[in-house]
Amino acid sequence: MAKVTTPKPAELVTSIDLKPSAQQWMDIPTEIKPGTFCWGAKAKNLNIVEFPNARDWNPSEEDWKLPENWQEIFLTGMKNLLDKYRSFKVFMDICVRCGACADKCHFFIGSGDPKNMPVLRAELLRSVYRRYFTTSGKMLGKTAGARDLTIDVLKELWYYFYQCTECRRCSLFCPYGIDTAEITIMGRELMNQLGLNTDWISGPVANCYMKGNHLGLEPHAIMNSIEGMIDDIETITGIRINPSFNRKGAEILFVTPSGDLFADPGTFTCMGYLMLFHELGLDYTWSTYASEGGNFGFFTSNEMAKRLNSKIYAEAKRLGVKYIIGGECGHMWRVLTQYMDTWNGPADFLEVPVSPITGTRFDTSRSTKMIHITEFTADLIKNGKLKLDPSRNDDLIVTYHDSCNTSRGMGLLDEPRYIIRNVCNHFHEMPENTIREQTFCCGSGTGLNASENMELRMRGGFPRANAVKFVKDRHGVNMLANICAIDRATLSASMDYWVPGVRVTGVHEMVANALIMKGEKERETNLRGEPLPGKEGN
Amino acid sequence: MSIEQFLSEQKDTILTKWFDLVLDTYPPDTAVFLKKQDNPFANPVGHTIREGMGHVLDELVRETPSGQIGVFLDNIIRIRAVQDLTPERALSFIFSLKEVVREALRTASHQPLPYDELLAFESRVDRLALLSFDIFVQCREKLYDIKANELRKMTFRLLQRVNDMDEDQEKKPDPAG
Ligand code: SF4
Ligand code: SF4
Repeated sequence: MAKVTTPKPAELVTSIDLKPSAQQWMDIPTEIKPGTFCWGAKAKNLNIVEFPNARDWNPSEEDWKLPENWQEIFLTGMKNLLDKYRSFKVFMDICVRCGACADKCHFFIGSGDPKNMPVLRAELLRSVYRRYFTTSGKMLGKTAGARDLTIDVLKELWYYFYQCTECRRCSLFCPYGIDTAEITIMGRELMNQLGLNTDWISGPVANCYMKGNHLGLEPHAIMNSIEGMIDDIETITGIRINPSFNRKGAEILFVTPSGDLFADPGTFTCMGYLMLFHELGLDYTWSTYASEGGNFGFFTSNEMAKRLNSKIYAEAKRLGVKYIIGGECGHMWRVLTQYMDTWNGPADFLEVPVSPITGTRFDTSRSTKMIHITEFTADLIKNGKLKLDPSRNDDLIVTYHDSCNTSRGMGLLDEPRYIIRNVCNHFHEMPENTIREQTFCCGSGTGLNASENMELRMRGGFPRANAVKFVKDRHGVNMLANICAIDRATLSASMDYWVPGVRVTGVHEMVANALIMKGEKERETNLRGEPLPGKEGN
Repeated sequence: MSIEQFLSEQKDTILTKWFDLVLDTYPPDTAVFLKKQDNPFANPVGHTIREGMGHVLDELVRETPSGQIGVFLDNIIRIRAVQDLTPERALSFIFSLKEVVREALRTASHQPLPYDELLAFESRVDRLALLSFDIFVQCREKLYDIKANELRKMTFRLLQRVNDMDEDQEKKPDPAG
């Protein structure tokens, strides 16, 4: 038989070009594509916090309704930031483009878009820096890697700074310690000056500024929500819990992200806090004013983050507490450990946290006077202060996701793991290069957890999900634990798409399930109302 | 020689060429990364796609298919359904298999394959393509589901409490009545 010579499909349909462009990055125009970006901020929300250039605008429209002198605003803003932050100036100058960071970003890994390589993301802004702030760039232009700040360049910067979750994974691999997250932070500050915020971020910021929390919950709504949890806890354990709100003279103020109050599965974590504190007889109070641990202001400007953060110390002072415990959250902790003290401290009206149960003094927080609940609980377990029955979690085969902020941002790596190992019997780590300091972002941090950018979130979430899939296939993992409110929401979506069958939980939900409380009735269900292992037939 | 035999013999070459064609749908720098980085957790896209394609090839040469081909295709398409690719680009890889096999036949001068065998094989690839369309659409639908569910989850407790309150109100005797 003769050799077959059928035409290639490409020959049949020559108009279909499957190959992307091989041009240099500067020559490849950026197209703002649906599924990748978040909606623009609404004027009313920006006006509430007196952000400049407030207007309704739509990123998918040609006209972004920029102020006439937008270039001047941008470049003056950039100059100010360069003068103010030495790190920014250094990061603009010293990158040698070695590429060590290039393939470390979950957005590049998942999307394959070269402009999501950290080095290129930074280069987008660096090219503008060279053009306006360096002699070589001013003189040689493109040859020196410089380019004019045109409207298309501005749009490109906006597009890619909202495709970075400021997770800092790239910085771990840079021999110079260049932190692209900080470059993104600067980039977003500049966007903020032009009113180019996103709706998903500026809405919560406005809410938080007016009502104390991102969801805009008023005191009665917060109390009402917790009331609902108390009812559920009573049904499950037979124990009625009576937490206090805004109580002056309490020893401890407890602050958690407001997501824990309303969004499942965060609400189960919140029930966990309530049960633990009740069991310990802790002298603590909730605040309906400092009712948000998270800080979306951090994704707009340094000043806004500071303003939103100030209520935490202010409330601690007003209530006269000794110190603060914070709930399971990610970026909240980056802000608290790295910024709060210098912004709104020193909190010398507070005391170094000492656990009233174990007497342990948390010297790591001697300056901020605020400890993470997993530090507090790990210490309780270490000192044998909790009666635990891990077999109540026997239906769970657990793995643990390090939130970028608690791991890379504050080094909280072992406490959550220690707790998990004590409250459940089946725990398996994901591969080494995806956990602890090298953890992969959930893909939706820094206010990218909107729904209109779901494709982007799924791309960015894939490296994490892929590692979860591995432990699911190998060990049958069915529960993904974490200590971050945003993770609890976003990983649920990511698992739904990538690894169906794996659910998401906060660590304190598992603690409370295992916790044997004084006077409790025999429990039939877990906090989600599902039968406990061995009670399925009841 | 049967097509199955031919494919088994040539599997490595065919897989490499097939994978290269998929890589061509990504920008050049990305393609290098997807090809070179062999740690499956550092390069989940490259790894999953290549592994999935290998399994698909295995299935095509197997006498009794395991019925898993949909799963392998799903692993690949799930990724491409959320990447910046038009549907046509996302699924083009199925058709490039034909191209690669034809090319392999053209260059393998020994033992030509009966024409029927090739046609039968190509029909199988066509069926794969149809299955792939299904999977692609399912993935896209899933994305919309997730969007809707997320919103529901966010407001569920709130609505639940409001409803509870309404019920409480209803239970109270109506002062006017
Ligand atoms: S900070 Fe994270 S999201 Fe941003 S470029 Fe680096 S790795 Fe990517
Ligand atoms: S690793 Fe550091 S020096 Fe190398 S390209 Fe990335 S940012 Fe530049």
